[in-house]
Amino acid sequence: MRSTKHGLDAVLRARRPRLAAVFGHALWAVSSLLLAVVASGVLLFALGRSPLAFYTDLVAAGIGQSFGLVDSVIRMGPLLLIAAGLAVAFRAGLWNLGADGQFLLAAAIVAGVAPSVQRAIPGLASIAILFLVGVAVGGAWSVLPAFLKSSYGMNEVITSLMMNFIGLGVANLLVKGPFVGPLLVQTNDIPELLPGILESRVHVGVIVAIAAVLVLHLLMSRTAFGVGLDVLGSNPRAAVHLGVDVAKLTMIAFVTSGGLVGLAAAIEILGVWGYMRADWNPGYGLLVIPLVFLARLNILAIVPFAALFGVISVGGQFATRRAGLPNDFSLVLVGLMLLAMLSTQVVAKKVSTASRPRFALPKRSFAATGETDA
Amino acid sequence: MARSDGSTEAQPASVEFIRIRKTFPGVVANDDVSIVAYPSEVLCLLGENGAGKSTLMSILSGFYTPDAGVIRVNGADVIIDSPKRARDLGIGMVHQHLSIVPTLTVLENLMVATGKGFRLDVVAAQHRLKQLEQTLGIDIAGDARAETLSLGELQQIEIMKALWRESRVLILDEPTSMLTERGIEELKSVLIQLKSSGLSIIFITHKLHEALAIGDRVAVLKHGRVVGALGPRELRDVPQRELERIVMRMMFPDQSVDPFAMVRQNGPGAAGDATGDAFLQLRDASTSPTRGGCHLKDVSITVGASEVLGIAGIDGNGQRELAEVICGQRATTSGQVLLEGRDITRLRVPERQRLGVRYVTDDRLGEGIIRPFGIGMNLVLKRLGMPPFWRHLITDEAAIDMAANRLIREFDVRTPSARTRVGVLSGGNLQKVILARELSFEPRLIVYNKPTHGLDVMTSIAIRNRILQQAAAGTASIVISTDTAELLQLCSRVAVMRRGTIADVVDVGPNAEERITELILEAGRSRAIN
Repeated sequence: MRSTKHGLDAVLRARRPRLAAVFGHALWAVSSLLLAVVASGVLLFALGRSPLAFYTDLVAAGIGQSFGLVDSVIRMGPLLLIAAGLAVAFRAGLWNLGADGQFLLAAAIVAGVAPSVQRAIPGLASIAILFLVGVAVGGAWSVLPAFLKSSYGMNEVITSLMMNFIGLGVANLLVKGPFVGPLLVQTNDIPELLPGILESRVHVGVIVAIAAVLVLHLLMSRTAFGVGLDVLGSNPRAAVHLGVDVAKLTMIAFVTSGGLVGLAAAIEILGVWGYMRADWNPGYGLLVIPLVFLARLNILAIVPFAALFGVISVGGQFATRRAGLPNDFSLVLVGLMLLAMLSTQVVAKKVSTASRPRFALPKRSFAATGETDA
Repeated sequence: MARSDGSTEAQPASVEFIRIRKTFPGVVANDDVSIVAYPSEVLCLLGENGAGKSTLMSILSGFYTPDAGVIRVNGADVIIDSPKRARDLGIGMVHQHLSIVPTLTVLENLMVATGKGFRLDVVAAQHRLKQLEQTLGIDIAGDARAETLSLGELQQIEIMKALWRESRVLILDEPTSMLTERGIEELKSVLIQLKSSGLSIIFITHKLHEALAIGDRVAVLKHGRVVGALGPRELRDVPQRELERIVMRMMFPDQSVDPFAMVRQNGPGAAGDATGDAFLQLRDASTSPTRGGCHLKDVSITVGASEVLGIAGIDGNGQRELAEVICGQRATTSGQVLLEGRDITRLRVPERQRLGVRYVTDDRLGEGIIRPFGIGMNLVLKRLGMPPFWRHLITDEAAIDMAANRLIREFDVRTPSARTRVGVLSGGNLQKVILARELSFEPRLIVYNKPTHGLDVMTSIAIRNRILQQAAAGTASIVISTDTAELLQLCSRVAVMRRGTIADVVDVGPNAEERITELILEAGRSRAIN
């Protein structure tokens, strides 16, 4: 499971010419996208739909019209934060599989307390407080797996997954219980939602998400903290040998991861919904995992992927409706795209290792320096 | 490579390499290599790191295909295009690097590596394990998890794996690099038995005395070419000393230097033996038992400032545990660790590092480096977060590059740049990177765990000199080694470890070698009885 190698390779390996690397990645993304489009096209054709019409609808709804573009950008916000959160944990070799639980619990509590918080403290201050509530709940929900991992070495895959189910259940209990509103299936409406940017429907949460991702990228790539996480992720035994405080770093990485997921929940609730419905689960946590790996655990590389996902999920909703297909078809498209990306990545890696020298260095003998024996 | 003696004249060759050439981009690994191996003989391939020995054997075992040249097995031209093809031809290989699944037990590892078909025959495997334990003269718990064993024991399992299958040609790639003297002796007797059964053994080594002692034939490689060969007659009739000189002249035709001359110039005398003022003291230190490992039982040692204390003993008798207790990687259950009289028992790794405690680990790839990182970053990893490499926790790449370039020059690391990934370096260069990291930034106590193990002669000399220089500059040192000769060159006193305790401490002087060997062998005997 500890295969953070690819991510680290991309980030820390002796720098290649940057432009070439970016171009290579773009080429890879575009070619796999085309592959997925062709594959889904065949599927659509088999279902008796016109692939051309479907894709036209998808693009038009996803980015073509300002309405769709706005929705796509809004959808990108939580995806970005969750993906970045997972990337932080994965870089440290910690498999936080509890993102959905962290997300839903944070969403429920933010939605539940928001009306009373906003009654007590009006304006932007309440928004800031609610953001912090989201971060705190998401972070708190990852404390137990982090603690069990760092103190007793318990497998966080299991513990975070268990916390996932508990979080999901508790979130529903809260929404149906103490936080239930007059409609009995959802919380009370939040009076004041996130303000839009320049009078548009794109709320400031998207900016918060992008800013958070940028700060995180700097933290990961330019600081001792980032190096420490990468050390832990690529060789935990070496981390002990090198004197990295493994227990502390494990806690920090896990809680940061959960906190970012919690922030995503706060933004989604305060920016889009304004309340939390019982049994609501967008399932972002699982959706985002392959995305994080496609970005090779690189925080910045997550941005284009999250944007692409946003476009497909928003455009797909419209296109499937027009084609008379269930919305599930957009998931098929996403799945095919991921599959295409992963397989082309493997092929590209095979090709590039075949052309690279097996020994990067001439293995000169040390004896070449002079002194010899008799 | 004519058959230069009478004894094997009638024997057809088992393996013939004819004008083999293999290049990798930028490197000629093998060039015009012609070597012949015969049944019932040990052919030693002798050469330093990077001489092309391992590449040649990788060709024979089907991992690489040669660019040019012919391979004949039992007189027939063959194309070995896969490891499976090599196995079908009866060629078995023991690789230098372990291929053992750490989470499986010894027996499971052996069954996985050697089993055929779907069913695992535990009873038969246990039986075979017992047989091989007897053949090898070792005692390994079949139910011990591999990750709990020492490197030496894991190496023994690898050798068992190769002995498990029936092969006609057996390739051993540096099989003794992790074994103790005793283990090597055991291996030798196994090889003699295998020879008598008609097996052809190809033995890769960089140790001259080993090649001369074990080989019926010796082929000397350098920079990918065969620079000389010795046949059975020479090896039998010419005195050892003379043979060594002959091989050295093959490898270094223009020069003649005693391999240990430089070390002797500033030998143990130069390094202080001031045991009077103790720099490091262990008082009755014990660690908790680990399954398969060897925990410390009431270990007390004292190291004087600028003294070099040696730790001898068979691998897996608590040497690693001792090193880890000193540098803070392993907790003690009782006892004290004192540095200049100050109790540091409760201090952890980074705090001890700040006090000048350094550890040159023997598990270089496993814990010594971060493979995907650049060399420069690896050089400063133990200063993580500290100035000048991190200012307010922000990485200063220019400062890292500058320090790295200085250390790369100073420690003669062969690399195109400071940002090259450390994972691509050869074993010797890797060890230089680790030494550069541990010896810089004001060390006051350095624990060297098998500092020259697996490295070629010249690199080993350079490292031993480095250890003595460092000691002469006032650094207290502990050298753990299974090579007694090395300890005698470097140390003023040698402590012999046996089953997690210190059997005795021997002052280096006349008769020290016999005394140490005696203590080690006693350790071996008591181990075998239990």
